[in-house]
Amino acid sequence: MAAPQVVPIEETRLEADEVPETDRPWVTVVWNDPVNLMSYVTWVLQKLFGFSKEKAERLMLDVHHKGKAIVSSGPREKMEHDASRLQAYGLWATVDKS
Amino acid sequence: MTMFVRSGTVCVARFGPAEAAVLNEVMLEVITLLSEGFDRTDPVIVRLFPDMYRDDAGASEELRRYLEDDLRSAKLEQAALLLDVLPVEGGEVALDEEQAEAWLRALTDVRLTLGSRLGIDDDDVDIEEELDEAILKDPTSARVGQLSVYQYLTYLQESLVGALMG
Repeated sequence: MAAPQVVPIEETRLEADEVPETDRPWVTVVWNDPVNLMSYVTWVLQKLFGFSKEKAERLMLDVHHKGKAIVSSGPREKMEHDASRLQAYGLWATVDKS
Repeated sequence: MTMFVRSGTVCVARFGPAEAAVLNEVMLEVITLLSEGFDRTDPVIVRLFPDMYRDDAGASEELRRYLEDDLRSAKLEQAALLLDVLPVEGGEVALDEEQAEAWLRALTDVRLTLGSRLGIDDDDVDIEEELDEAILKDPTSARVGQLSVYQYLTYLQESLVGALMG
């Protein structure tokens, strides 16, 4: 899976195996689907995460062209919460390790 | 074709009787689907209630036990709200922001359901082409009707996003 777009700076210096597995941040991933409208996905990302229109559009285009995009990162429970909110809006969202 | 436009603080559309009837019907189908016991092998259910973890069926199943009822209730609620507001014989609809958001989510559920049933599984699927093909094959087929409804709902939702975002 692709590197997260938001990684705390101090952690990027650590090798993955130096960080205990439980401390590694988790990510919320939005996957491309052929039904959801590009405008709708942009609107949902702005609405749920407070992103600027530019940022929401960039992430939406990543989803569209690359098949997926990481929209948030952090503790596992928080990611499960984020993904469930996205799912409530009909987006195909999952949680993964970064 | 009915389109939403912004009018002050509300999103407004005028539904013809046939459009209202179609929207009413497909929304009721989604409500029925959501009210029944889920067939986990049904691609529609898989899409409306995705696994939280792609590589961990156990963790997904555990979370499902906590989250699925809420997700199902939310979907039923937004579907009910849409039907509440929609005049079944047709007429004007004026949605405040909260109602517009519920409509967008409900329209998403309907389009995901129809899209899955129609086999729209790739960005390259061109609805216009699919419709032309289906009409050539048999203009009276159910697929022609479903594709037309899907296309109509796509335009309707697009117009509502536009009207809401201003």
